[in-house]
Parts: sequence; structure tokens; C-alpha cells
Amino acid sequence: MAGEAEGQGLSFHPMEQFNVKPLFGDALSAMSISNATLWMAVTIACIAILFVLGTAKRAVIPGRLQSVAELAYSFVHKMVEDVAGHDGLKYFPYIFTLFCFIVFSNFLGLIPGAFTTTSHIAVTAVLAMSVFLFVTILGFVKNGTHFLGLFWVSSAPLALRPVLAIIELISYFVRPVSHSIRLAGNMMAGHAVIKVFAAFAPLILVSGIGLAVTPLSILAITAMYGLEILVCFIQAYVFTILTCVYLKDALHPGH
Amino acid sequence: MTGDIAAMGAYIGAGLACIGMGGSAVGVGNVAGNFLAGALRNPSAAAGQTATLFIGIAFAEALGIFSFLVALLLMFAKGF
Repeated sequence: MAGEAEGQGLSFHPMEQFNVKPLFGDALSAMSISNATLWMAVTIACIAILFVLGTAKRAVIPGRLQSVAELAYSFVHKMVEDVAGHDGLKYFPYIFTLFCFIVFSNFLGLIPGAFTTTSHIAVTAVLAMSVFLFVTILGFVKNGTHFLGLFWVSSAPLALRPVLAIIELISYFVRPVSHSIRLAGNMMAGHAVIKVFAAFAPLILVSGIGLAVTPLSILAITAMYGLEILVCFIQAYVFTILTCVYLKDALHPGH
Repeated sequence: MTGDIAAMGAYIGAGLACIGMGGSAVGVGNVAGNFLAGALRNPSAAAGQTATLFIGIAFAEALGIFSFLVALLLMFAKGF
């Protein structure tokens, strides 16, 4: 659908990899086990293995697995403390759970043939909506009506404040949208680009121009894959740090 | 026939939507470039500001992702 390469019916479908397919049977129903549920389960299993085995020994001199577990823990712990402040540490388990799930499903999606669960807006929207609801409810519970001060910028001139309030209100409600689409869009775009280059790689089998195109596209796939490893981590980091920023807004709504 | 014209419009629109990515690229480059310029002037303060750098990049990049999404919707989710 996205386009047909010239010649021998060499067609490519860069978005086909994101199709949700049932593993058993043909019809996809709400309860069927699909590749998405399989890879989510793999993600959870990997996280469980890392943290159950990694913390099982509790050695003074950490082994490899324990080092990784400790590194991940202290990385997110420091991030929450730096951005959301000391009060935010109470909500550290939730943020750490989000980080682990996103980073693991991003990296597991890089395995060729794997399914990237975070490339679906349905998955990331649930994560972002839960963050949005959590932060909003927390803000009202902690600060009561003071939380609305987030929209009433007291440092601005009085005449400007109603205008700013509208802008702040819109930007507040766009948060879950941009929060979810950023992650899903980045994952989807990277994988689609790799797939487009991958479609050019077998050109050497059908035409002479492949002698030039095939090595180039293999090089491009390798480069994109390297970039994707970086993007996978950075997007998980960005999602987590924005959660911390929203949490800080809920805990201390004054500007 | 009308479907063809509508499909043509959708594909042209998808291409036009990608112009938005250029604007987002300028924004991301601006954030990173200014960060580097500041970091070279005061390298000791740079390490503490990487979180701000990534938040800035994320906000600038989100709008490019929106235009990418519009392009994808025009390509794959059109209702005709």
C-alpha cells in the first residue's frame, strides 16, 4: 500500500510489522492471545527475572545482574529526587515501574521479528492517561483548590492572566496526548524506516542496480539500528522524566 | 473516480504534512545547539542541565511527531 518498488513485484509494507495478529486461531477477539500480549508478557518476565534474580543474593560486591538492577534503580531514584524533589520519592515505585516497562518493551522490540508493544498508541495512551489521572487526582488531593493556581499564573500581569489561563489549560490537557504519541511515534517511525531500507536490500536479486543499492541499504539499516538503540533508551528516559515533571507540578503547583 | 481524487489528495496531504517535521528538526537543532554553546562556556554547569536538555528536545520533537502522525493517518487510516 505504501508503494511498490519497480520491477519484479518487489512490494514492501513498512507498517505491516505493527499488525496485531492472534497466535492461536484466525479471528482476533478481545480475549485472544495476540503477538502484542505475548511480547508484553515477555517484557514482564524479563523485568521479573532481572529484579528477582538480581536482588536474590544481595551480595556486597554485586554480580553482573545485581549491578544492572542496582544501576537502573539508582538511576531512576536520582531522577525522581532531582526533578520531583524529596516529596516525590513516595511515588518512586510507580515511576520506576513505568520506566522498566517502557525501556524493556522498547529494547525487546529491537529483536528482529519481535513485536514492539510501545509502538501502539493504544498501549502508550493507557500509560499516559494513567499518569495524567494520577497526577491530576494527586494534585487535587494534596493541594485542594490551590492546584488550580497552576493555571492562574500569579507572576504575570493581571490583564494577561485570563489569556495565559486558557493557554495553560489547553497545554495541560494536551499533555496525555503528546506524552503518549511521542513514545509511540518515535518507536513506530524508527521501525518503519528500518523496514523501508530492508525492502531495498534484496534488490540485488532482481536487478543490476542492486549492486549499488544493496550495500548502501544494509549500511543504512545498521546505522538506523544503532540510532534506534539510542532512541529506545532516550524515549523511555523522556517519558519517565516528563512524568516526574508532571508529578512536581502536582506536588508544588506554585510556579 | 472521486475516490481516486480523494486518495490523491490524501497522498499529497501526507507529503505536505511532512514539512512539519522540518520545523521540528529546526527546533531540536536549536535546543541542542544552544545547549552546546552554553555548555562550552560553562562546562561545570552542563552536567546538571542534561535533564532540561532532554525535556526541551522532547517538547520540540513532539510537534514533529504530530505531523508524522497526520501523514500516517492520511496514508493508512483514510475512510474511503
